[in-house]
Amino acid sequence: MESYLFPFDSLICMLLGISFTVWFTLLLVFIIVPAIFGVSFGIRRLYMKSLIKLFEVSELMLSMSSLPPTSYLHHHHNPALFFPPGIIAKEPLSLEQEIQDMRRGGAEPEFDMSDIFYFCRRGVESIVDDEVTKRFTAEELESWNLLTRSNYNFHHISTQLTALWGVGVLIRYGFLLPLRVTLAFTGVGLLVVLTSIVGLFPNGRMKSYLSDKVHLMCYRICVRALTAIITYHDRENKPKNGGICVANHTSPIDVIILASDGCYAMVGQVHGGLIGVIQRAMVKACPHIWFERSEVKDRHLVAKRLSDHVADKSKLPILIFPEGTCINNTSVMMFKKGSFEIGCTVYPVAIKYDPRFGDAFWNSSKFGMVNYLLHMMSSWAIVCSVWYLPPMSRMEGEDAVQFANRVKAAIARKGGLADLLWDGGLKRGKVKEVFKEEQQKLYSKVLVGSSEDCSRS
Amino acid sequence: MGSTSSTLLKIPNVEVLMQETGFSPAHMIRLHDRFKALDKEGRGHLCPQDFGAIKELAMNPIGDRIIGAFFCPGKETVDFHTFVKILAHFRPVDKNRPKEPNSPEPINSRSNKLRFAFQLYDQDKDGKISRDELLKVLQAMLGMQVTEEQLESIADRTIQEADLDRDDAISFEEFRKVSPEILHSRCFIKV
Repeated sequence: MESYLFPFDSLICMLLGISFTVWFTLLLVFIIVPAIFGVSFGIRRLYMKSLIKLFEVSELMLSMSSLPPTSYLHHHHNPALFFPPGIIAKEPLSLEQEIQDMRRGGAEPEFDMSDIFYFCRRGVESIVDDEVTKRFTAEELESWNLLTRSNYNFHHISTQLTALWGVGVLIRYGFLLPLRVTLAFTGVGLLVVLTSIVGLFPNGRMKSYLSDKVHLMCYRICVRALTAIITYHDRENKPKNGGICVANHTSPIDVIILASDGCYAMVGQVHGGLIGVIQRAMVKACPHIWFERSEVKDRHLVAKRLSDHVADKSKLPILIFPEGTCINNTSVMMFKKGSFEIGCTVYPVAIKYDPRFGDAFWNSSKFGMVNYLLHMMSSWAIVCSVWYLPPMSRMEGEDAVQFANRVKAAIARKGGLADLLWDGGLKRGKVKEVFKEEQQKLYSKVLVGSSEDCSRS
Repeated sequence: MGSTSSTLLKIPNVEVLMQETGFSPAHMIRLHDRFKALDKEGRGHLCPQDFGAIKELAMNPIGDRIIGAFFCPGKETVDFHTFVKILAHFRPVDKNRPKEPNSPEPINSRSNKLRFAFQLYDQDKDGKISRDELLKVLQAMLGMQVTEEQLESIADRTIQEADLDRDDAISFEEFRKVSPEILHSRCFIKV
């Protein structure tokens, strides 16, 4: 009986061996080698075009059902302002105008009991829909992109659509995910090994050259591991040595996206585990800035290390995300002024993801890092646009906060994101009393300012 | 059989709610989603901390009072039913609503809007806004920006103008009289 199994056994082994070899050769030729040299076969763009066709088909299927057709906003290459449809049509009038409107024209602007309605309405508006909370949850899509996780209101529509979704699941989890995980391990492994090797060289031009090449290559492999399709605009404005590059922050992937097109010095806290290993290896090849947890609190120390790095023109530009936390890529929140106080040239960069192919936003209160990476690697793709803005410096008479706001506005405008005053730290902390005082100040100006007029007449 | 109706069915007593409040099905779904988003722990009801977590509300000078308006005296939770009924106060007034003599007054009538605002002042719910209660609201809205004396004089002047029966407090009727007609057109949010 057993003798029957042997020929089949060897056949199966042979088949497995052949398929593995083919698999790895394809991987090498189509993905790793282009990554090393920074060229592209255009496979990913082809993939993206076919995905767009797929979404159009699913849109058609949706519209054929009894639902009213959803409008399909082509905000992919269009950095025009995209405001998600909110529940509120907020009246953009100022406090003074509102209160004067509420009282009959001609009435003296003294305290009126109905003034309370202004604050009351604002309060209820924020209960129904507020600007801050919705920045920290994933952006809502106009139409379904066949991923369960973005399925808010699109429940079971038709069997055809469900079948399409099922095929999608098979492709994503059965083919794409293993491929990407392999690539990711390759990329990270190569990074650690090669940077350690480069670290053995003596400091000099050769070392910097090799370090740049190694970093770029490994980041490019990681980019392919996520099937990230990135369009870079205005590359002539790329950051130069002795400057700071600031960008809006949506996910940890931002680093990989920017670093695969240019070489930067990273800034961050020292971690343990795998990330710690990567950090220690990277710093052997070229100077990155890693802080111990205790040092992070000391603002002077941080500022000094940053300015020392920037003063040395042979060192790479520093990459900083001034928002301090991940925002969901519909807006840019308050920039922390620390990096703007150093007084060197700032190179702003705007990053905008296209949410149709996969949502890159990391909601750290909902998902851990591993979960997040799994989500990333089982989406269709990560499609984004990067704009390099012209360099900015602090002007005469401008303080760090004003400079930060100016840079923030430029980034928001270029990327088509809403420019908000809110502090990203609000995700976790309480509202500062100072905001309430602002409201009180505005209101008192309306009253007291006018009573001064009265007393004069 | 589309997705709209299946989401709508998840909301308990939705027909009755729409009838009472006048919200459309689309509004109900939106509000239900918002309710669920605020109810972070998925308990099915909201407590004051869930409201307090809304940053824009926390910076509103009378934010605490507005939150208080959602909770019936003695209750510490708000269910979806109550949530929607209170928000219904802020729907625009239905100009075309026929005046049926026996039907109850709609929640978003001018009178009910005024009653809502009155309650924001009248925290001890005795039906009158005393001088003290008025002072507290003024303090909330103006904070440190004006002096004690200015606050007191504003309060005195307001009571003088509004208080018709000379009981040193403002009743709901007196409150109604001093509120401008045009009020109802500002006291709404487009849901």
